[in-house]
Amino acid sequence: MSREHEKGMSLIVKTITRLTVGLILLYGIYIVSHGHVSPGGGFAGGVIIGLSFVHLMLAYGKDVALGKLSKQASSFFENLGAMLFLGIALLGFIGGYFFLNFISKGEPFRLFSAGIIPLCNVAISLKVGAGLFGIFVALVLLKLKSERKR
Amino acid sequence: MIELYVLLIFMIIGAIIAVEIKDLLSSVVAVGAVGLGLSIVFLILKAPDVAITQLVVEILALIILIRATLKVDLPFSTSGRWFFNTLITVGFIVIFLLAAVKCLKDLPEFGYPIMRVASTYLKEGALKTGATNLVASVILDYRAYDTLGEATILFTAVIGVLAVVRKIGRKKEYEEVEEADE
Amino acid sequence: MMVYLLCIILFCCGLYCVLRKRNIIKIIIGVIILEYAVNLFFILTGYRMEGRAPIFSSEAEILNMVDPLPQALVLTAIVIGLATTALLVAIAIRIYEKYGTFDITEIRELKG
Repeated sequence: MSREHEKGMSLIVKTITRLTVGLILLYGIYIVSHGHVSPGGGFAGGVIIGLSFVHLMLAYGKDVALGKLSKQASSFFENLGAMLFLGIALLGFIGGYFFLNFISKGEPFRLFSAGIIPLCNVAISLKVGAGLFGIFVALVLLKLKSERKR
Repeated sequence: MIELYVLLIFMIIGAIIAVEIKDLLSSVVAVGAVGLGLSIVFLILKAPDVAITQLVVEILALIILIRATLKVDLPFSTSGRWFFNTLITVGFIVIFLLAAVKCLKDLPEFGYPIMRVASTYLKEGALKTGATNLVASVILDYRAYDTLGEATILFTAVIGVLAVVRKIGRKKEYEEVEEADE
Repeated sequence: MMVYLLCIILFCCGLYCVLRKRNIIKIIIGVIILEYAVNLFFILTGYRMEGRAPIFSSEAEILNMVDPLPQALVLTAIVIGLATTALLVAIAIRIYEKYGTFDITEIRELKG
């Protein structure tokens, strides 16, 4: 697990990854956006989005994956998600108290309903996905550094 | 309910294999099997949100664990006083099991819960929040503080991992001071 | 009642692993099994006989739903368990780099 691992896995794995990694990302976005109508929500969808980037890194090596989503970009998205969630909560002060559901409710079973719940789902998914990708990148880079020193 | 019992016995056997086997990679695979059985049990108990989350989170935990266990050797030795230690541990677990059985009699019977607060959520949750997924309305409208706390915990975990993994520390300063002295 | 007992036996498997094993990775596996058992216990208390999932549907009228409150708590607990596991594994990797072994009986240098 040294120089050869950085270039990725075998040809079969690379071909299958090229076909499916976009579909996994799209599936994650679907689960996040329909969080208030069908099972799922922000946490499951965020982890799936993070897993699609981890899949790319496992199959192609760290250079290609860090080219698609660099360390600064993932840190930026995580901070953006956290601050968006807090901002939506503080905006509830317009109505009266913290976390008030102030946008109109709409009719049930449609995509644009249920007040602040879809926006909160998007913010949480950004935070969870970028954070988990950051944890994985940190653990991978540490291991490679220690083995190169020996 | 026979499938519930079969899956629970499968999970217990998987857990015993994960605890006792000597190879680290095999025990990580056994933990993965236990998590998969748990996700199917959540589906049988009519909790689809929890089943999806448990499945994908367990996959990520397995990836992180395997990253730590590749190319590591496992100590085989058993220290002295092995018999005494095992006896004390098994005795403690037996006392814990007896106390648990005594407390389990106070729980309501399996399948007939007392839903004092949840009946209010079931009756007017869809009208007041507009969301048809009641679990999403509970975690993001009725109990949103808990979600804020969970986002903070994830943030702290990422900061903690990055702080543990950093190589820049005190040693470099000492080396620079020594070189300056020479 | 028998279902709760099987869940507590799973909890005891994880507890035995945390107490008796000498390898740090085995202890982490024990903590993971403990978390699985506790989450299972929560969902078991919320089940209603012949119940349906707590999601409304546009075609049929659903009368008996299972309890949605333990499911919300367990959703949070699962993600917190992942954060704990990631931090434990990071500390374990650091210990392996410094001491060269995962055995806890050889890591006893609590010097300043």
